[in-house]
Amino acid sequence: MTEAAQTREERATALKGLGTARKRVEDVRFTQGKGNYVDDIKLDGMLFGDFVRSPYAHAKVLSINTEAATALPGVVAVLTAADLEPLGLHWMPTLAGDKQMVLADGKVLFQGQEVAFVIAEDRYIAADAVELVEVEYEEQPVIVDPFKALEPDAPVLREDIRDQLEGAHGPRKHNNHIFTWEQGDKAATEAVLAGADVVAEEMVYYHRTHPCPLETCGCVASMDKVNGKLTLYGTFQAPHAVRTVASLISGIAEHNIRVISPDIGGGFGNKVGVYPGYICSVVASIVTGKPVKWVEDRIENLTSTAFARDYWMKGKIAATKDGKITGLWCHTTADHGAFDACADPTKFPAGFMNICTGSYDIPTAYLSVDGVYTNKAPGGVAYRCSFRVTEAAYFIERMIEVLAIKLGMDAAELRRINFIRADQFPYQSALGWEYDSGNYHAAWEKAMKAVDYEGLRAEQAKRLEDFKAGKTRKLMGIGLTHFTEIVGAGPVKNCDILGLGMFDSCEIRIHPTGSAIARLGTISQGQGHATTFAQILASEIGIPADDITVEEGDTDTAPYGLGTYGSRSTPVAGAATAMAGRKIRAKAQMIAAYLLEVHDDDVEFDVDRFVVKGAPERFKTMKEIAFASYNQAIPGVEPGLEAVSYYDPPNMTYPFGAYVCVVDVDVDTGVTDIRQFYALDDCGTRINPMIIEGQVHGGLTEALAIAMGQEMAYDEIGNVKTATLMDFFWPSPFETPNYQTDWTTTPSPHHPIGAKGVGESPNVGGVPCFSNAVHDAFRPFGLTQTNMPHDHWRVWKVAHDLGLHG
Amino acid sequence: MIPGVFEYHRPSTITEAAGLLTRFGDDARVLAGGHSLIPMMKLRVANPEHLIDLQDVGELKGVSITSDEISIGAMVTQHELIQNDALASAVPIIREAALQIADPQVRYVGTIGGNVANGDPGNDMPGLMQCLDASYEVAGDKGTRRIAAREFYEGAFFTALADDEILTRIVIAKPQAGSGYAYEKQKRKIGDYATAAAAVIVGPGIGSIAMTNLGDTPIWSAGANDALAKGDVDGAVNAVMAAISPASDNRGPAEFKKHLAGVILRRAIERAQGRAN
Repeated sequence: MTEAAQTREERATALKGLGTARKRVEDVRFTQGKGNYVDDIKLDGMLFGDFVRSPYAHAKVLSINTEAATALPGVVAVLTAADLEPLGLHWMPTLAGDKQMVLADGKVLFQGQEVAFVIAEDRYIAADAVELVEVEYEEQPVIVDPFKALEPDAPVLREDIRDQLEGAHGPRKHNNHIFTWEQGDKAATEAVLAGADVVAEEMVYYHRTHPCPLETCGCVASMDKVNGKLTLYGTFQAPHAVRTVASLISGIAEHNIRVISPDIGGGFGNKVGVYPGYICSVVASIVTGKPVKWVEDRIENLTSTAFARDYWMKGKIAATKDGKITGLWCHTTADHGAFDACADPTKFPAGFMNICTGSYDIPTAYLSVDGVYTNKAPGGVAYRCSFRVTEAAYFIERMIEVLAIKLGMDAAELRRINFIRADQFPYQSALGWEYDSGNYHAAWEKAMKAVDYEGLRAEQAKRLEDFKAGKTRKLMGIGLTHFTEIVGAGPVKNCDILGLGMFDSCEIRIHPTGSAIARLGTISQGQGHATTFAQILASEIGIPADDITVEEGDTDTAPYGLGTYGSRSTPVAGAATAMAGRKIRAKAQMIAAYLLEVHDDDVEFDVDRFVVKGAPERFKTMKEIAFASYNQAIPGVEPGLEAVSYYDPPNMTYPFGAYVCVVDVDVDTGVTDIRQFYALDDCGTRINPMIIEGQVHGGLTEALAIAMGQEMAYDEIGNVKTATLMDFFWPSPFETPNYQTDWTTTPSPHHPIGAKGVGESPNVGGVPCFSNAVHDAFRPFGLTQTNMPHDHWRVWKVAHDLGLHG
Repeated sequence: MIPGVFEYHRPSTITEAAGLLTRFGDDARVLAGGHSLIPMMKLRVANPEHLIDLQDVGELKGVSITSDEISIGAMVTQHELIQNDALASAVPIIREAALQIADPQVRYVGTIGGNVANGDPGNDMPGLMQCLDASYEVAGDKGTRRIAAREFYEGAFFTALADDEILTRIVIAKPQAGSGYAYEKQKRKIGDYATAAAAVIVGPGIGSIAMTNLGDTPIWSAGANDALAKGDVDGAVNAVMAAISPASDNRGPAEFKKHLAGVILRRAIERAQGRAN
């Protein structure tokens, strides 16, 4: 069929633009084992690094003897803090304004901390040499409890900042205290609490867990001593930021550093930060003049690279006796581990925890967060969520349930009474955010109808009767959640990391034959950017998505951007893509008009071409325009068809969703069976429904993991109890329930295509939904709050403590 | 997760393998499916200098079934156990238990011999073999002998197998006609060891129970069997409960496991009784 014979709809379909369930172009290589990950990189003469790590959570390092290790044939060098100190690299700055030891400088502060770095010709020799490094430790008292860390006589963990009472985020009130962060109106909130009809109070703990991506962290550093250029391949979620940080701390000029993020096997926040392995590899490559590879194993990943959560959230929620919420108070004790290495925008030391008023119109609120040092690994990253948003969502969705219990009210109805109404958007929250758009009531009613909520409650009541009559040992729980995410960080006016504004970018070049390449400042770790960004562009510039290459992750070629995490790629880089596309289209319009010999204003864009207004038979396709741009330059206009956009978003985007979970709980064994999970997501304009569904399934499964079993557990002397996948819960298909996905569409009013981002919503909404379902099963027996994860023994213990075992 | 240095051997006969074991003694380990040994080597908890891989030893493979006895080669994989219809017909509890071990990928490689010989209290097959009153044939330079499964386990990772012996076959008498069976296992996830597991065979005048991961060795008690054979379920459960000594771990505190063990055992007995005729 010739182009001319195609209908408008056929032409639109051929683009595979917005709204198309286009298959992921990345999967061609991934499903054939042809991905190229960091550990696949092999360079001539490459050396291998491996760490000596601390077996203790808190100890003085009295001596390190590297003689035997260095003497092992094949060992090139063994680095200790003493070797890095002359370079000023034995400590490094963290993204949170703190500093972190690269290699143990006189003491160790968590189990698994890096003590020495062995460099050898062979990976096996490196591991053998690690065993030969002799380290003499003197154990110190260990603190794994953030409340104990703040006791007056607690041992000082960070000797390096002892008695420094001013931290990166204001005053410190104790040697183990990092910061206090306050938002909202304390006095007004306390007044509301004092005068309220009803106040529900609860301590909600969101336990420590870990993003645990399939591929662990690693890098290959290659210093070319001939041209003075350093190439750093690594599992980086923010390659440009890594380049800048590498330049700032190494002194190598930024143009002489090239950072490449190849294929990345999942990040989930774990690969945002800078780790000692990167610094040591770079130093080793500079010293040896050879490429150095360092790739951590699973135990190292779980025990030393960035964890997530570990928030103790004390809440008070006030309401009228009819259930209208009047105020919310929250104090959070945040366990940050040994160094404050959270990956948050600089002005937000507790991330966006102040989204904790959730989906509700709460007129008065106050939040304070105290960051605390303990003898645990540093981190505190946004594990498949925007910065601390899953903590905030878990907090408010638990507090709603606790309030519903106190009021004796149905939790669905309580939410309905308090949702921000559609006519209130843009909505100014009591804790400082401007929600861009939403229609919570519509989503909620759709969800309630889809699951037959009344029917479920009737079934639950019947089940309870049967249980009380001794006919069954299973209780039924119905979990509800309405969450509001805050993603797309963010506006440069309040979002930066180490002074780098959190804009993002896209650069487009149209080739003469009408195909294109788009390069972005983000980096896919499985999100499918090569698929979806091409679709955004296809709709904007009328070139089929199949003819557009999307490239990311090479700082020598991609425009500067802050990377991929916090569901920011679509809200920020996706917007940049659309805006760059519009620049292309504007120039294409001039070219089309010139070729058609009409005024610019007399042509209009039509799917894949410009047509003369009122004379659609007269047109120039984008393909024709592309070629013309290379050979029929308009007088006074530069040849070529290229554009770049650096997009500074005017606001965050606020995706939301309504989830329902139905669980059967065996009170005798603690086994839970998720028999139904309904997830309605509103992520604004939907770019690729198939990818959205995949993202929702993935996010829900990680939420299932966190809620039902996944944790980083420590014993009282700081030993990690969950350092392997035997004990750290990763759900397999057997544990993963069936998901029923649904959607509403409320576009973002400020995003060029109305998209909001979706990758993290299911984790943010999923965790409270699974947890609420377990809680709900025990509500008739008086349970108000129990801590996650809801694994077998903890669920059994709830039943046991409620007297359900007779 | 990088093992230390070792020599790799790949004998093709039991004699050859036994000769290597005798020669290297304590410095050698035999390798079956490797699911326990290789992770231990990667963690450098096990550091054998010589690894004797049994996968080419044909004598260690195959399942033979006669009118009253079943003989299973030590290198028969869990997958092969599951796939063998004649075995499933003769001793159906083996398939039921094997299907609850790890996941299909593990079962393609993991062997029954490795599972029973390692002495890991988390493994499912030792308890099952005690329930079935199986015997293990072992071979060494000095010849072969048989050890009853019920006498094989001495402590966690300590068994009656001598350092220079290889477990070659598992021999099981066919369960009596009319007996019912059940293997009930609770675990946190696919791939995990049991929080508690119970193997039960029950029928007219017949009763046999063994439990897994509730002590250093499989839990088996003659008293429990006698009680169950007489139809005294409470007596059988009480006898087993008196024998267990679970340790607290990430699966939960001992208090939970003790309660769970009773629940799991009663469910297994009930299911097995339902299958007896």
